Amino acid sequence: MASTNTDHPIETPFELARAETARKPKRMGRLNRWDTPWFNSKLITGVVIIGLILLIGILGRLFWNADLAYTASSPLNLPPVGFVNTRGQAGTWEHPLGTENSGRDMLALMIVGAPNSFMVGVIAATVGMSVGIILGFSAGFLGGRVDDVIRLLSDVSITIPALMVLIVIQALLKQIELTTMALLIALFAWPSPTRLIRGQVLSMRESGYVLMAKLSGASSFDIMFKEILPNLLPYLAASFIGNTTGAILAAIGLEVLGLGPQRVPTLGGTIYFAIEGAALLRNMWWWWGLPTLTLAIMFIGLLLINLGLDEIANPRLRQASQ
Amino acid sequence: MGGITFGYLARRLTVFFLTIWISATLIWLIPRVAPGDPISAMVARMTRQAGYVENSDVIIEGWKARFGLNDPLPVQYLRYLGNIIRLDFGYSLAFFPTPVNEIIGRALPWTVGLLLVAITITFLLGNFLGALLAWRQTPRLIKYIIPLGMIFTSIPSILAALFLIYVFAYMLDWFPMIGSYARGMQPAFNMEFIASVIKHGTLPALSIVLVSFGYWTLGMRGMMVTVEGEDYMHLARAKGLNPFYVLYRYMVRNAILPQVTALAITLGTLVSGQVLVEYIFSYQGMGTVIFTAIRNQDYTVIQGASFFVIVLTALSVLIIDLIYPMIDPRITYERK
Repeated sequence: MASTNTDHPIETPFELARAETARKPKRMGRLNRWDTPWFNSKLITGVVIIGLILLIGILGRLFWNADLAYTASSPLNLPPVGFVNTRGQAGTWEHPLGTENSGRDMLALMIVGAPNSFMVGVIAATVGMSVGIILGFSAGFLGGRVDDVIRLLSDVSITIPALMVLIVIQALLKQIELTTMALLIALFAWPSPTRLIRGQVLSMRESGYVLMAKLSGASSFDIMFKEILPNLLPYLAASFIGNTTGAILAAIGLEVLGLGPQRVPTLGGTIYFAIEGAALLRNMWWWWGLPTLTLAIMFIGLLLINLGLDEIANPRLRQASQ
Repeated sequence: MGGITFGYLARRLTVFFLTIWISATLIWLIPRVAPGDPISAMVARMTRQAGYVENSDVIIEGWKARFGLNDPLPVQYLRYLGNIIRLDFGYSLAFFPTPVNEIIGRALPWTVGLLLVAITITFLLGNFLGALLAWRQTPRLIKYIIPLGMIFTSIPSILAALFLIYVFAYMLDWFPMIGSYARGMQPAFNMEFIASVIKHGTLPALSIVLVSFGYWTLGMRGMMVTVEGEDYMHLARAKGLNPFYVLYRYMVRNAILPQVTALAITLGTLVSGQVLVEYIFSYQGMGTVIFTAIRNQDYTVIQGASFFVIVLTALSVLIIDLIYPMIDPRITYERK
């Protein structure tokens, strides 16, 4: 976190003092620059999992024809390589993960669908986070009426079951694009970062380093974004990941009900078609199983990242897990 | 409930009514600011799915009149709010003379029942395991086993539902695949029927419990670790109190409070998850009602059922909030 302060000149006595201590090696354990809480095993594993999924999505398009993810591009109902379907057809290497009811290649569906699902989450979480940062800082810093209104609104919005509202809205909309869906989901993604940031700002407002910065004549803006914000980083990151998870969850819910985007292949949409096509009864496990597995791995990766970030934010957890 | 102050009660009730009002307004507003008129969009979809729809312009006009879509928007909005306050959602479009409320009424007990069972199990199990994880006296082995059981945590309940249905209903045939009780059975209050309900409800409940208890375990562990560092813990130990008494009266009692607040906050997500699970299992609750309605383009039912779920959630949150001061006496002294 010290690195965030190197890009602006040292102004306040407090920062001078901090720069002083930063130059001196503190304890033996901290000498190694790799020995930071950011390099905990949960966080790394999670990042690697999510990275792999995205990499397959990005590089996969180079090695595999993404057009096969659309209807009638391949033979129907083929099983993955090494398996035989109920009609006695064996899987071929032309469609290594098999194909489904209307001739979509499963591998292509995974390659195109996984990044799509992830993108919805990231867009919704980014919008929610930006709104949350603005509202959270305003509430925590300005206090008074502003705080009352923001707190009430976030208390209210956080209890609304977003999926229910989205179902009604999307049932009425004619066509939905991936980004429209992400923005609709973002309507419900701001309350939790807002609450989190407000709480942290309230507790940090009275802390020594903020008072010091105030005494040194730093502006409110500087205090908010140069002093407090860097300290909130692990919380913000955890909240961002939590929001991404929530947004993907909402998107999957809508897609599985058949309310997702119809023009682009999505993992939830694939599960919807699998349920509609009675994939369970026809023992076409690859049809529903592959998108389910991909999503499950994605969610486990996100959870690991979140747990890793929690350990950074809460040192007591770090001790407990060792 | 003598401990609740007027200010606390007023604030909780404000949150409750605002929740309902904001949801109702969002539902009404967004489709209207979106391009295209919803009714024509619905007919267009019906045309796509079922081929030619006879007299589609008459249908459009009829529905427009039914919904009062020719009136100015503020009038429409007020009438809509009026209907919602009276919980009057009109008639089902797909099964015409049936009122939406009757359809909801049939499904509601199933949803509420499953929700209560699933949430109770999840909450108790999750917090119990979380407390064990953080407690010093817990055997090492248990501390290694619990995280293994949390492998499903964080994946959506709907995915767990698909997995469970495949393994335990399709492959092993231990549980039925769909429905809330055996087909052809008359709902009655006898052992046979109850057994059937339990058998049908096991997998849906399990898919909710499996994916969510881990959150409570993690949260509880975090809270327990925080409580562990408090001074009163040292005092309690120094006094030589029974470790079980310390665990229950000092640690769990304090650590559980934020968990109850978290329950109120995550209830919306839990309910949404359950609606989807019900749909996967064709469980006779709101999820199946909503999905059938989506399929039939039965807009009044989609709106009514979804709104009812929202009200149900807001009501549960209100109840939790009103119970909360009883378990945390400090809360009523909050502000003013």
